[in-house]
Amino acid sequence: MGIIKTKNLVHEFFRRDEEGNVEAITTALDHVNLDVKEGQFIAILGHNGSGKSTLAKHINALLSASDGTIWVDGMDVSQEENVIPVRRSAGMVFQNPDNQIIASVVEEDVGFGPENIGVPTDEIWERVEHALSTVGMKKYRAHSPNKLSGGQKQRVAIAGVVAMEPKCIVFDEPTAMLDPNGRKEVIATAHELNKKKGVTILLITHYMEEVVAADYVYVMEKGKIIMDGTPREIFSRVSELKEHRLDVPQVTLLADELRKSGVDIPAGILTREELVDAIMKVK
Amino acid sequence: MIRDITIGQYYPANSIVHKLDPRVKLFATLLYIIALFVYKGLAGFILITGFLILAVKMSKVPLKFILKGLKAIVVLLVITASFNLLLTPGEVTFFKWGVFQVSDTGIRTAVMMMIRLIYLIIGTSLMTLTTTPNQLTDGLEKSLSPLNRINVPVHAIAMMMSIALRFIPILIEETDKIMKAQMARGADFDHGNIIQKAKAMVPILVPLFVSAFRRADDLAMAMEARCYNGGTGRTKMKPLKYTASDRVAYLVIIGFLAAVILLRIFVPYFG
Amino acid sequence: MSIIVDKVSYCYSEDSAYKVQALKEVSLTIEDGEFIGIIGHTGSGKSTLIQHLNGLLKATSGHIYYNGQDIYDEDYNLKDLRNKVGMVFQYPEHQLFETTNFEDVCFGPKNQGLDKKEIELRAFEALRNVHFPEELFYQPPFDLSGGQKRRVAIAGVLAMHPEVLILDEPTAGLDPAGRDEILGLLAQMKRELGITIILVSHSMEDVAEYVDRLFVMNGGELMYEGAPKDVFRHYKELEEVGLAAPQVTYLMHELKEKGLNVDLDATTVDEAKQTILAALGR
Repeated sequence: MGIIKTKNLVHEFFRRDEEGNVEAITTALDHVNLDVKEGQFIAILGHNGSGKSTLAKHINALLSASDGTIWVDGMDVSQEENVIPVRRSAGMVFQNPDNQIIASVVEEDVGFGPENIGVPTDEIWERVEHALSTVGMKKYRAHSPNKLSGGQKQRVAIAGVVAMEPKCIVFDEPTAMLDPNGRKEVIATAHELNKKKGVTILLITHYMEEVVAADYVYVMEKGKIIMDGTPREIFSRVSELKEHRLDVPQVTLLADELRKSGVDIPAGILTREELVDAIMKVK
Repeated sequence: MIRDITIGQYYPANSIVHKLDPRVKLFATLLYIIALFVYKGLAGFILITGFLILAVKMSKVPLKFILKGLKAIVVLLVITASFNLLLTPGEVTFFKWGVFQVSDTGIRTAVMMMIRLIYLIIGTSLMTLTTTPNQLTDGLEKSLSPLNRINVPVHAIAMMMSIALRFIPILIEETDKIMKAQMARGADFDHGNIIQKAKAMVPILVPLFVSAFRRADDLAMAMEARCYNGGTGRTKMKPLKYTASDRVAYLVIIGFLAAVILLRIFVPYFG
Repeated sequence: MSIIVDKVSYCYSEDSAYKVQALKEVSLTIEDGEFIGIIGHTGSGKSTLIQHLNGLLKATSGHIYYNGQDIYDEDYNLKDLRNKVGMVFQYPEHQLFETTNFEDVCFGPKNQGLDKKEIELRAFEALRNVHFPEELFYQPPFDLSGGQKRRVAIAGVLAMHPEVLILDEPTAGLDPAGRDEILGLLAQMKRELGITIILVSHSMEDVAEYVDRLFVMNGGELMYEGAPKDVFRHYKELEEVGLAAPQVTYLMHELKEKGLNVDLDATTVDEAKQTILAALGR
């Protein structure tokens, strides 16, 4: 079994009227099956309201399933006694950088998680030190988070999760509120954690260009997984992606357009270099 | 604008005062406040002023930064001073109009009150300027921990305080943004009577509350995700431990209060 | 009919140690009916600049003329200016406060002192113009999706009948579908209502497709101005200050270096396709 596995996972939100009667049911997750191997970099794509954030919260035991099962690191998340162990093995980075930093000094925030799980003082310091240098924020350790840029705040939040030494980190739209530079910083940090520390990464996003370097991609819509495959497989299905109104990177889109006009270019172009090579070959 | 309020915001620096145990600083602030209300006469005033100057110097917080914090309470100062100045009867009255009068006692109490208030604010903000909110709440938590025995949730209160302190600057900035957005839609906060002005606050307060609740919700989830489970079983990254300088500081501050009291008893009217 | 910004400088907290010079002698002109893009990364001064255009911030030095009148003249009515120059802030949905969407859109016109009938007519029209579904008019704004809330917020400004509409990163935090809808909406408003649109963004790719003219801000100064294709010619300098030109621009330059005779000014996918096909002789 992989580090994260779901079997027919269902999540329903109930909206109740003033008397408490059920007014409407929204199915946020509709029989989702997922199997993530340890050490992989997985991307989950989808629009707002596609259920991707709901899925993320299940992995961290922040929600409980209406039906189906989810295992994290072999533990059934629905078991009460597994909640804390699950949260220790799967950390989570949220969308809004301001709303997940608890302390008023960077290093104290990074130490918050280890404090909660009862790590001895000396080891907390080691972990904080290590986590801050991993995300490249060591020189800001004594700063107030309020003075940092969005990308830097997000990196502090990542350090706070890294300090808990999880096997897996779920990034729930970590770049949605950042500018392009901040986005690059955060995505680069996620990849580095994956490559150097072997941390399993689950990146949830609606930006296509951020999933290009992932090992495997799931596309979600209306609570269902509608496409899955390697980035190249996904990106070779341009018309399908457009149908679901997903944002196709300019390079991929251009390659597809050229192919449709009869230029002999392979499907699933991901990078600029690939497209340049392909065009020069047909010249 | 509203974001200029710097009163009490932590000022990072590497000084002896910054390194003191927060419990010492809390205790010192308490004794300092007592001293402010105990002292009488020039001698006591000089002693307190000297102590304050020394503390500010040692804290390495620029005086300018501290004084800027005072700007926020100028109105309060002026009101307090004018009440004292205009409503206190005395032996010699310089000026009288209806209930208002300016007397020698009035002038003296007004000046004394101003000095007390300004010193009070400089002194207490020096504590928050040199202590991170987290240290402060740690200090409070530890100092108040005996209350746990009578079922006061000291940890929860301390955690709430530290979160409140973290979010105050964020919410101030947010208020500023919402105000500007409503001004762009023609809202007027400066004109009209009190009722109209109060009504004009609705377009600011509603979005502010909505946002505060959203943030609270997000934050609670982020804390849970990082295994926060109340105070039990937690360790501390920065556990409070007294050092030699803390002990010295205790002695100094107790000595200081003793000196102020002695001066009041033995040289009360010097000057 | 235009906005003229003449050597405007602005300092935050001018008389303190924390003085920050946010704008340095910025001069620019915006003509009636233009679709303008203002680009710059966080802290480049772009948000500060636009807050000057409707008088929310007052320049430390320099002048701003709206339709030939200096807005810093003593008898100039700033409230009037704010009626003509509408402003949609970043995450504008955070300013919604009324119990229904319709009521919220009425807030601006109400402040303009119009009569009830006119207020409601304008609110109705504005919500229609942003394609807000009619069955949600009298629902509370707090239940809506992010994109829908943003429409209500934009309608709230539109209902004031501005001549100029400034939007500070109106697509921030939206997913691609929401982003395309909002940008399309702006282009339509410019076309059909003849409103001057000023769009602040940090995404070159979004802007390249829609705007007539671009202003690039960097370190409080105006770095470049001109049509997108003219600005993107400086793609190397843009990259140095942390602003990337659209992917297509890079691609064109790389192809050219390899000896394919493509038009370097292509900035959109469509233009790129045409010039590559032509260069390949198809």
